[in-house]
Amino acid sequence: MKCSKCGGLAVINMRQHRLRLCAEHFLEWFVNMTERTIQKYEMFTSDDRVLVAVSGGKDSLVLWDVLLQLGYQAEGMYIGLGIDEGIGYSDKSLEMCRRFVTHHHPSAELHTVDVQGEFGQSIPMLARTSQRGRGKPCAVCGLVKRHIMNRVALQGAAGRAGDSGFAAIATGHNLDDEVAVLMQNTLHWQTGYLARQAPVLEERDGLARKVKPFVRLYERETAAYALIRGIDYIYDECPFAKGSTTNFYKELLNQLELNSPGAKQQFYLEFLSARNAERVVFAEVERAELHPCMRCGQPTTAGDLCAFCRLWE
Amino acid sequence: MVKVLYRDKAWEVKPGSTVRHVIEQAGLNPESILAVREGKLVNEATLTQDGDTIKLVAVVSGG
Repeated sequence: MKCSKCGGLAVINMRQHRLRLCAEHFLEWFVNMTERTIQKYEMFTSDDRVLVAVSGGKDSLVLWDVLLQLGYQAEGMYIGLGIDEGIGYSDKSLEMCRRFVTHHHPSAELHTVDVQGEFGQSIPMLARTSQRGRGKPCAVCGLVKRHIMNRVALQGAAGRAGDSGFAAIATGHNLDDEVAVLMQNTLHWQTGYLARQAPVLEERDGLARKVKPFVRLYERETAAYALIRGIDYIYDECPFAKGSTTNFYKELLNQLELNSPGAKQQFYLEFLSARNAERVVFAEVERAELHPCMRCGQPTTAGDLCAFCRLWE
Repeated sequence: MVKVLYRDKAWEVKPGSTVRHVIEQAGLNPESILAVREGKLVNEATLTQDGDTIKLVAVVSGG
C-alpha cells in the first residue's frame, strides 16, 4: 500500500478521504487538518491563550502537541480525580502528562488541581457520600471537572499573580466522540442537546468558551498520530467508564463505518451543515437564566448554591 | 509463527496473511484497531512474516 503523496510505504489508509499516507505525510496532513478546523470555526488565534484540558489520554495529549507545534499559546490543565481502583489510574494519568512535557515540550506549562487536596475528597469518595454521586461517579466527575476547568479558564491558574485567564478551553473531543453523542441524542430525540452540539460553545454569563479542534478527525487518526509521534498515553479506560454507553455507540458506528466508509463523517458534518442552513430546525429552547452562586461565584440556574457547591454540603 | 498481542492477551498465528486478516480472525473490527510491528505503525495490507510480533492497539481508549 503506497502513500498517495510520495509513493512511499503507507502506514494508514483513511478510506473516508480515499487517502493512504506514509508516517511523514500523515503527521503533516493531521496538523494541517487541525489548523483548518481551528480557522473554519474561528476557534482562537495565535494571540489567544488556550487552556488544553489534558487527562493523560491520547486525544488531549495529541491536541496539546499539535497546538504547540502550530505555535499557539497552549497550556495544559490536569485535574487529579483520585481514582485508584487498584490500578493507580489517576497517578498513571498524571505521570503520562508529565512525561509528555518532559519528552516532547519541556518548556510547556502544565497546571494541576488535585480534587482531594483542594476540596478534601476524591471523586470516588464524593460519589459515595453525595446524593448526586450515589452509584454514579461519572456524574460527579463531569460536574467537578467542568467547575474547576471553568474557574481556571476565567480566573487564571492559582498562584500566578496577574493571570487574567484564558480565551478558551480546548478539549480533545474527536469526530467519534461527537458522532456517538449525536447518535444517542438523535435516538432519544433530545432536541435541546441537538440544538447546542457544536465545535464551539461561545462564552456566556460566566461560562468560558469551549472549542473542539479535533471534531473532523477520527479517533483512529488521533491514536495513529500518538503512535507515530511516540506520545505515551494512558491506554486503559477509566475503571468507572467500562461498559459505558458512549463506547457501545462508538463500536456500533465503527461497524457501520466498516461497511460504509465515511458514514460517521457524513452523519456528523451533514448534521452541522443541515442545522446551520436551517434544513433542520429545532424549536427554540428557552435557556434558563444564570446567576452567580453565592459561595463560589460560578454561574448556576439553581437557587443560592450551584450544583458543585451543593456536592460538599 | 507470528505472535499477536492485544491488551493482556497473546497468541500465535501462521505467517503469510495480511494484518487485516489477523485483526478479523481475532473477531475485532479493523476500523477500531491499529497494528504495530517493531514499534512502527503498519497498514492493514502488510503481510505478516515468520518471527513477527504484531501488537494490536484499540483506538478507543483512555480519557
